[in-house]
Amino acid sequence: MSKSKTIKIKKGLNIKLEGEAEKIFIKEDLSERYAVKPSDFKDVFPKLDVKVNDEVLAGTRLFHDKKNPEIVFVSPVSGIVEAINRGERRRIVEIIIKADCEIKYEQFEKIELDAISKTDLAGNLLKAGLWPFIQQKPFNLIANPEDKPKAIFISGFDTSPLAPDYDYILHDEKKFFQKGIDVMSKFVSDKIHLGVNSQFPISKLYTQLKGVEIHEFIGPHPTGNVGIQIHHINPINKDEKVWFVNPQDVVTIGRFAEKGIYDASKIVALCGSEILKPRYYKIINGTSIKNMIKQNITDNKLRFISGNVLTGKKIQPDGYLGFYDSQVTVIPEGDKYKFMGWAAPGFKKYSNSRTFLSSLLPRKKYKLDTNLNGEERAFVLTGQYEKVLPMNIFPVFLLKAILANDIEKMEKLGIYEVCEEDFALCEFVCSSKIEVQSIISKGIDMMIKENS
Amino acid sequence: MKSLRKYIDRIKPNFHEGGKYEKLQSTFEAFEAFLFVPNKTSQIGTHIHDAIDMKRTMAIVVFALLPATLFGIYNIGYQHFVSTSEIYSVDFWQIFWFGFIEFLPLVVVSYVVGLTIEFASAQIKGHKVNEGYLVTGMLIPLIMPIGVPLWMLAVATAFAVILGKEVFGGTGMNIFNPALLARAFIFFSYPSKMSGTNVWIADKPDAFSGATPLSNIALGNINIPDFYDLFFGFIPGSVGETSTFCILIGALILLITGIASFKIMFSVFLGGYCMSLIVNLTNITFYSQIPAFEQLLLGGFAFGAVFMATDPVTGSQTKVGKYIYGFLIGLLAILIRVVNPAYPEGMMFAILIMNLLAPLIDYYVVHANINKRLKRLKI
Repeated sequence: MSKSKTIKIKKGLNIKLEGEAEKIFIKEDLSERYAVKPSDFKDVFPKLDVKVNDEVLAGTRLFHDKKNPEIVFVSPVSGIVEAINRGERRRIVEIIIKADCEIKYEQFEKIELDAISKTDLAGNLLKAGLWPFIQQKPFNLIANPEDKPKAIFISGFDTSPLAPDYDYILHDEKKFFQKGIDVMSKFVSDKIHLGVNSQFPISKLYTQLKGVEIHEFIGPHPTGNVGIQIHHINPINKDEKVWFVNPQDVVTIGRFAEKGIYDASKIVALCGSEILKPRYYKIINGTSIKNMIKQNITDNKLRFISGNVLTGKKIQPDGYLGFYDSQVTVIPEGDKYKFMGWAAPGFKKYSNSRTFLSSLLPRKKYKLDTNLNGEERAFVLTGQYEKVLPMNIFPVFLLKAILANDIEKMEKLGIYEVCEEDFALCEFVCSSKIEVQSIISKGIDMMIKENS
Repeated sequence: MKSLRKYIDRIKPNFHEGGKYEKLQSTFEAFEAFLFVPNKTSQIGTHIHDAIDMKRTMAIVVFALLPATLFGIYNIGYQHFVSTSEIYSVDFWQIFWFGFIEFLPLVVVSYVVGLTIEFASAQIKGHKVNEGYLVTGMLIPLIMPIGVPLWMLAVATAFAVILGKEVFGGTGMNIFNPALLARAFIFFSYPSKMSGTNVWIADKPDAFSGATPLSNIALGNINIPDFYDLFFGFIPGSVGETSTFCILIGALILLITGIASFKIMFSVFLGGYCMSLIVNLTNITFYSQIPAFEQLLLGGFAFGAVFMATDPVTGSQTKVGKYIYGFLIGLLAILIRVVNPAYPEGMMFAILIMNLLAPLIDYYVVHANINKRLKRLKI
C-alpha cells in the first residue's frame, strides 16, 4: 500500500435522514424471486438467451447486449425463468427467476492469475457474467473489454444519505477483496486507486491491501462518489477512459476467481424513516425486497427505493434490488397538499438554504417525503449548485449547453467528467425544482450517440 | 383547511380544458399553489427535495424589503408634515397613516397592472405564473417619488413587464431588472416627474423646497444633511431608498438566508467607495467633494446595492464574475453621479449598464475554465 496526502473537500451536503441501518446482520432466508433488469445498464440493448420456463443455474446467461454480444448477463440464482416482463415498445423490463430452495452453480474455471493472459481473464469474466460489474467513466457505461483504461478507481466509502458502511459490510471479506484487486490489477500497469474516508480511522481491510494506492478524502457528500474522487485525483479528458468497480462487486469478482462460481451474495442496508428496524441484510443480488420489508414498515403510503434517496430507482413493494445497489430505502410518499407551506416558519422543514427557522435549531435528523415542495421554474437563483458540487465545473452553464444540444460546448464545459449522481445534490437543493439529473442524462446520451 | 381544500377540489374541473372558465386556468392554478403547496411528488431523479421553492425565495425578499418599506411610509408623512411645519403637532400614527394613504395607491397600481399582465401572458403561453413579480411589484413603488402620477406608474409598469420581461420569456429569462426599467421609463419619458424639486414630498406647500440632498447639490448647494438624518433616512427621496439603516436590516436578512449574493453586495459598496475616494482628489463638479462614506448613503446607492444589483437573473452568475459585476456597478454609479449632474441618480444607470454587460463578464470567466481544461488535455 502507498499513500498520498488527504484531499479535503469543502463543498457538498450531508442530508441527515432518519432511519440509518443499525449494525446488526440479518441473514435473510432465500427470497422466492429474483430479477435482472436490463434498465440497470446504460446503453445496453438486451437480446434474450432464455425463454419462460427454462431452467437456469446461478451463472447461466439470460441475455446479452446486441451491440457487444460478448457482454452477457447471467442469473444470480438457480431456478426457472418465471416471467419476462416487457414495457413500452416491448422493451424488456425484467427477467424474473423463481429460485430453487438451494442454489446450484454453473461451474467455471478457477483463475490462476499468474498464468492467465489479460485477454483470457477478460474472457472468463465476460463468460460468467461478471464483466458488467466493471464500469467506465465517462458516462458510467459497462467497460469495453478491448479498451486499455488510463486507471482503475474504487471508492471505498459511500457518503450518500443513509449509505451502508463498507467497513462493516466488507469486514469478513478480506481474502476475496484482495483477490478481486489482484484480478483488476491485471488490466492496468499502475496500482489501483482506492479512495478512503479519513474522517474515521481507516479500515484495516484497506490499509492491509496490496496493489492499491490509497487516497484519503475528507468531506461531505458527494465526496464518496467515485466521479468526484477521479476529478480530484486525475480528471478525465476527452478520449480518455477510466474504469471503476464498487467495493462489494470487487468481492464478487474475487470470489469468482477463487471458486469459479458466480456467487452474487452481498450485503445491503435496509434503511429509511419508514423502516421499523433498519438493519443490514445478507442477500443475493437482484433479490425481491418483499421478504425484507415484511412486517418491517409503517402503515403510511410509502416510496420504495432501490439505492439511496438521491440517485436510487423507485420500485414496487415486491420489486427487485438493482444490479449495482447496496441499499434499499423506504420513505413516505408526499402526495399531500401543504397549506401555505411556502410561508410557514418551517421548524421541521429541511433546507440547505437558511430560509426556514429549522436552520436555527440544532436538529439531528429529518424525515423527508417525496413531495417536490414547489413547482418547476426557470433558473433564477445562482450559486446554489456550486455549493454542493465539489468540481471545477460551471454546473448551470453545462446544463444550459445540454438543453441547447450544443455538443461542442458540453465537451468544453466538462461533460466527460460528470455523471448524473454527481449532480444529484444540485437537484435536491434546486429552488426552481429543475430535474438536473435527467438533463445530465440527456447530455450523456447525446455524447454516447455522438461518439459511437 | 380541509373544507377549503375540498372546495378547491370541487371547483377545479371548471378551470381545466373544456371547463367553464378554462381561460382562467393559469390564474386558478397560481392561486391554488399560493394557498396549498401542490401534492406533486418526484417521479424521476432525486426522491427528496429541499423545502425551498421560488415562492419562499421571493417571500424572503419581500420580507427583507419590509423595514425599508415601513420606514418609507413613515418618511412620506414625516416629510409632508415638515414641509407644512406641522411636524410638532402630529403624533406618530398620524404621520404613518398619512404616509400609508399616500403610498398604498402606488402599491395597488403596481401589483394590479403587473400581475394582470403576468397572469395573462402565463395563460397565453400555457405556463405557470411566476413568482418574480411579487418582488418586482414591491420594488417599483419603492423606487418612485411619492408624487409620481398613478397613470404614469401604470404605463411604466406595463412597459417593464411586457418589454422588459415577458418578451424574453418571463422571470429568469430577462436581461434587465424590470423594476429599474420602469423607473428608467419614467425618467426618460416624463423627466419632470422623476427629478427636480416638486415630486419628493407629498402635498407640499409651494414655498417649501422639496429637493433631495443630491438635487440640492446640483443647484450648487452643498448642504448635506447631518449623518443621523442621512443614515436613518429623514430626507426626501424615493420612497424606499432613504433609510440606509433599514436597507441594511434588509441586507442582513438577505445575507443570513443566503438569498442574495454577498459577493455582489459587498463589491458594489467597495466599488462605490473606491470611486468616491478617487473623485475626492479631483474637482470636477460639486459632487466630487462629497466625503466618500456619505456618497454611499446618498440617493439610491444603498437600495440599489442591496436589492437591485443582487437580482440573480440579471446579474453575473459566476463567482469571480459577481465581484467584477458588483465592483463596476459601484464604480459607475459614483462616476455617473459625479461627472453628469443631470443624472445625480447614477445607480439606476450603473445597474442597467452592468445588467447588459453581465453575460459578457460570465463569458470570460467561463472561458478561463474552458481554457484550463484544454490546457490539461495538451499536457
